[in-house]
Amino acid sequence: MAIGELSGYQMGQATRDAFGDALAALGDEFPALVTVDGDVGNSTRTEPFALKYPERGFNVGIAESNMVSVAGGLAGAGKIPVVASFACFLLNNAFDQIRMSVAFPNQNVKLVGTHAGISIGEDGPSQMGIEDVALACSMPGVAVMVPADAVTAKKATRAMVEHQGPTYLRLGRPNVPALYDDSVDFQIGKSITLKEGSDATIIANGLMVSIAADAAKILSDEGINVRVIDMHTVKPIDREAVVSAAKETGCIVVAEEHLHHGGLGSAVAQVVSEEHPVPMGYVNVGDCYAESGDPMGLLEKYGLTAEKIASTVKAVKAR
Amino acid sequence: MALEAIKLSQDEMLAKAKDLRKHIINMTTAAASGHPSSSLSAVEIVTGLYFGGHLRLDPENPGDPNRDRFVLSKGHAVPVLYAAMAERGFFSVEETMSLRKLGSPFEGHPNLKRMPGIEASTGSLGQGLSIGVGQALGLRLDGKDSNVFVMIGDGEMGEGQVWEAIAAAAKYKLGNLIAIIDQNGYQQTGATKDVLDLKPFADKIAPFGWHTQTINGNDLGEALEALSVAASVTDQPSVIVSQTQKGFGILPVLEETGDLNYHGKPLSRELAEKALAHIG
Ligand SMILES: Cc1ncc(C[n+]2csc(CCOP(=O)(O)OP(=O)(O)O)c2C)c(N)n1
Ligand SMILES: [Mg+2]
Repeated sequence: MAIGELSGYQMGQATRDAFGDALAALGDEFPALVTVDGDVGNSTRTEPFALKYPERGFNVGIAESNMVSVAGGLAGAGKIPVVASFACFLLNNAFDQIRMSVAFPNQNVKLVGTHAGISIGEDGPSQMGIEDVALACSMPGVAVMVPADAVTAKKATRAMVEHQGPTYLRLGRPNVPALYDDSVDFQIGKSITLKEGSDATIIANGLMVSIAADAAKILSDEGINVRVIDMHTVKPIDREAVVSAAKETGCIVVAEEHLHHGGLGSAVAQVVSEEHPVPMGYVNVGDCYAESGDPMGLLEKYGLTAEKIASTVKAVKAR
Repeated sequence: MALEAIKLSQDEMLAKAKDLRKHIINMTTAAASGHPSSSLSAVEIVTGLYFGGHLRLDPENPGDPNRDRFVLSKGHAVPVLYAAMAERGFFSVEETMSLRKLGSPFEGHPNLKRMPGIEASTGSLGQGLSIGVGQALGLRLDGKDSNVFVMIGDGEMGEGQVWEAIAAAAKYKLGNLIAIIDQNGYQQTGATKDVLDLKPFADKIAPFGWHTQTINGNDLGEALEALSVAASVTDQPSVIVSQTQKGFGILPVLEETGDLNYHGKPLSRELAEKALAHIG
């Protein structure tokens, strides 16, 4: 069964594709917008923008450290640089350049990491960004967004361009279910409640939101009515929504396509422990690197499934 | 079995090169993903390394501390490595057909944790030469006469870290380090001359203190000669600028598709049949 099918969603565009469309469409409205690519624009989808505005699309070659600092310089010259690569090459390879050329000087650079998570599949672990959220969140002043579907990816693209200051937008490779229509309200730092519920809460982002929706269906068939929150912004996190979930539903499970440490799970746990401690559970890649394989097979093998979320909810509820 | 560098006749090696090409096509088409064109440009050099008397190896004991090492820094070309290792007896050709399948150790990029005989986990471009510098320093420290060969892509040369490694290798006069730049003229988003033109490599690297050769890397004879010369240089690191064609061996088939880079795409079954027939 396809992701989202259980909960009745249709398959939609990949978040990277939605980003690419949205970015190209913003070029006239934001004349300062430029892209900086490291020889992967046809994968990250900055290519449509660069083809439409050739003089505003820079491809510095396979050189991510240079790419990021060049973006820092462009921001210093008043531009709004969107610098995109695979999440792993951007965050992991150019981490100090992000620190010193973007975060520390608080430059208005828009970092975009695609091919996040293990759902990239066959290319394997060297190409999977699974530490990126932890790395991005570790730096002061960087807003970190992980949209779940095409509509919110488009809205996140506009939001990041309008936002003053550094941002990191995390995007996926595969097509994902279409969760929202254009009327959805997307604001940096404000979560979306996909489904109301009072027995437990699943907080998820990215691809895992659709899988959480499927889990909610499994649970509702068993009489458990869970809330599903799309926490598309990991930083600054929507504290209010986390605290309400803890108070009103009594337990929280966090689902994300990321390593166990330092991602959305850690961010939610910090709020919960500070404001209203309740039992929590986690569904994520764990503390290991994955492997090559087909995307669905990998999600299954590494436990990123609706069934795993559902069983985790039950286990946490029983604590 | 002990460490041994296999040396076939040139005719036998030409036949091997054809076999490697066929395995590359079969593997990536079966996987329905991967980088055949990037693998094909490197076939003559890799054939020369594994079957031209260069890599002293023991497939029965892949971790033999006295072995020579081959680091495939352009890790996306790993099908050429799996093909050569299969022909060298590390595993069967049939096993490599599980490329990129869940559970298979034949991952999309080299992963040393899952496959004895792989010398470096690569796939994030730019790191292999530095790893090779470290291996060469370590081997020399232990008084071993093993060589370290590292293959780098011409697009990959854009990574600053490669140039840091070039400087470090020269500083330590690593005569046991041999870099091969697979200059196939293309990278992911286009021709290297358009994306980031770093040519001429030899003229840039020589002043660091490296021995340099520039060859037609799809000519097996030239590849063998260059590897021998490089191996004989013992007082400085050596680079072979291997001018190749991406997709060499099946170029007419790629021409038909209108995409001579054909980066990161497997051939369809139909194109694969044509390619295999062309290789002969
Ligand atoms: C650090 C890093 N950045 C980007 C990529 C994505 N990528 C994979 S292959 C490739 C092009 C490689 O070109 P080249 O080195 O010339 O190798 P070729 O495929 O031509 O043999 C790119 C950009 C990567 N694997 N690693
Ligand atoms: Mg190349």
